[in-house]
Amino acid sequence: MTQEFWRWTESRWTAGDRDWKSAKTITAGVDVGSVSSQAVILIDGGLYAYSNMRTGSSSPESAINAMNWALEGTGLSLDQIQYTVGTGYGRVNVPFSNRAVTEIACHGLGAHFLYGPTVRTVLDMGGQDCKVIRTDGQGKVTNFLMNDKCAAGTGRGLEVFADLLGVSINEIGELSLKVEENPPAVSSTCVVFAKTEASGLLREGWSKEKVLAAYCAAMSHRVVTLLNRIGVEPDFAITGGIAKNIGIVSRIEKELQIQALTSKYDTQIAGALGAALLAKALWEKGK
Amino acid sequence: MIAHFGYQDGSGAYFITIDTDKCNGCGDCLPACPAQLFEILVDDPNDPFRVTPVASVKETERKKIKYICDPCKGGSPQHPLLCVASCKAGAIGHS
Repeated sequence: MTQEFWRWTESRWTAGDRDWKSAKTITAGVDVGSVSSQAVILIDGGLYAYSNMRTGSSSPESAINAMNWALEGTGLSLDQIQYTVGTGYGRVNVPFSNRAVTEIACHGLGAHFLYGPTVRTVLDMGGQDCKVIRTDGQGKVTNFLMNDKCAAGTGRGLEVFADLLGVSINEIGELSLKVEENPPAVSSTCVVFAKTEASGLLREGWSKEKVLAAYCAAMSHRVVTLLNRIGVEPDFAITGGIAKNIGIVSRIEKELQIQALTSKYDTQIAGALGAALLAKALWEKGK
Repeated sequence: MIAHFGYQDGSGAYFITIDTDKCNGCGDCLPACPAQLFEILVDDPNDPFRVTPVASVKETERKKIKYICDPCKGGSPQHPLLCVASCKAGAIGHS
């Protein structure tokens, strides 16, 4: 079998010290993205379980699969969840959701939970788009921008480079830092043209590491221009799959001269987590 | 909340901003735009707790702003832009 270089690591987590049987509210959020789908379950507003897996060709199925995986082994069933909010690219296709909300509102709240109340600027680097969100101390969005027209600065772009160079997507970040001197960034930010340019550089004898360094630098610079359009106020945090790529995170930090906050949970759950928090608020409001 | 609708690609940045704190959903921007770019939403999809209607840029048009807004903005731009001038609350801005 050929190796699938783009394949990233799926994850699942359950809080060992919490029990849903004594909970007053059980709410959930499901984020069906272009590349990954997440389900998050909260009990009384505290994180109880989550799953993060690949989105398939069908949004409803992806939502159900993610939810089933999050529920797995907890003894909890779908009908015991009082309110579910769907979000993400496939939010209108979550069969069991009570309401669909855009990722913007969800990521603000999710980041507030994951990184703490000091977070003011959130950069979400998703599979197919890139969002910059400014929030206040309560996780409420004060300013946002989303770029989903161009794949530069998204996970999809990284997948293309993983394939081109035959490097696992999980190793791109580390490898891109193994250069003695940082090469100039690839000039084009368009993924298609950047790939063409990278092929040329490989032909000239550039190492994989050097090409990755040049692409990570271009990608970082690209999202920094988006960040600067909105303005970056510390504290700053990155959500989404690319937050796990040290090569890109460190380059963004260097360009902004700001350290990004880190979280002990999977950075890809921010949207679904925010949706679950909104579900709790909407459930309590409706009662 | 300042909502940026539009995109950035290799050729530049094309955004229309709507300050939803200033917008009261009156709808004056709808007839002002020759391309009918705006719509009024009863529920703000980005703010589930908002109760007032809000202006938004139609989702189907957001990735075409460079071209749609060009007749008003390109060449010798009309100042102020028709949409910007139509909003009494001053909620609309252009990149």
